[in-house]
Amino acid sequence: MDDPKAFVMGCSAIGAGIAMIAGVGPGIGQGFAAGKGAEAVGRQPEARSTVTSTMILGCAVAESTGIYGLVIALLLLFADPFGVKAW
Amino acid sequence: MNLLMLKKLIGIVDNPSEGFDITSKVLAKINIGGQEVWLTQTVVTTWVIMAALIIFALIVRIKLSSFKEKPDGFQNIVELGIENMYKLVVTCMTEKYDYFGKWFFGLFCFILCSNLSGLLGFRAPTADLSTTVAAALATFVMMHFMGIVTGKASYFKGYIEPVPFLLPLNIVSEIATPISLSFRLFGNIMGGMAIMSLIYSLPRWLNFGIPAVFHVYFDVFAGCIQTVVFVMLSMTFIKDKIAD
Repeated sequence: MDDPKAFVMGCSAIGAGIAMIAGVGPGIGQGFAAGKGAEAVGRQPEARSTVTSTMILGCAVAESTGIYGLVIALLLLFADPFGVKAW
Repeated sequence: MNLLMLKKLIGIVDNPSEGFDITSKVLAKINIGGQEVWLTQTVVTTWVIMAALIIFALIVRIKLSSFKEKPDGFQNIVELGIENMYKLVVTCMTEKYDYFGKWFFGLFCFILCSNLSGLLGFRAPTADLSTTVAAALATFVMMHFMGIVTGKASYFKGYIEPVPFLLPLNIVSEIATPISLSFRLFGNIMGGMAIMSLIYSLPRWLNFGIPAVFHVYFDVFAGCIQTVVFVMLSMTFIKDKIAD
């Protein structure tokens, strides 16, 4: 641990990796929404367009937590929140 | 135009081999009344998209006089877009508020063009948080403006419901709306760009034809879906605030 800069950057990379665990939640949520959507279309094929648009909206809302994780990961990797480059 | 200017103009096109950066490159710094204004890739690409949309609108306006009862060719494309947008607005906001369609059609065209501009090698303006926050703040202002105009006292009463104790929580949830709206679009496009730059950094023999497949997914598919989602969520949020 000679260079504190390298230590902080390495920890940022690990943190970015851990932040992406957030991707698990939206995966489950969107899969659930898509499954239910397919079920609804199977039961009522004439309501296909309404079901699809509702499903996409629900998926988008479920996705936002994953996107937060992604933004945090990108910030840790590229935006240099701890000012390492300025040291 | 000297060579330096030309080089700066070409600078709006990202070079994938240079790697990926979360901020867009600053092409020029202009001094306006002591205030330094940065011309970034985002700003210049936005100008290009604006110019393209304005030219398209002018073409439609000129051709409007020759539009017929039975549409064909160019008229079909224009009518398809307008009709589908109108249908979306009516399903989300009912016919009484269909005048929102004009704003949302413009927003839709702009976001769609920005998301697809990644295909032409530009840096998508929606991959910059400033663009998406601006669009989300427009929705935020519209939400509360319509809420106050249509609801009046009941709008303010909504903050202390179901119990006055929840007032801070309600305010936080109102502030979270534009944040989640803007971050969703930004994160999707930016994430696509990050993964694309990883693919471009593969060995050269793997870079033949393979990135095209990923471009179709990340730029065309995700871009179109996120455009629809942004516009539809904005409409739903505004409709939720309108007291009927």
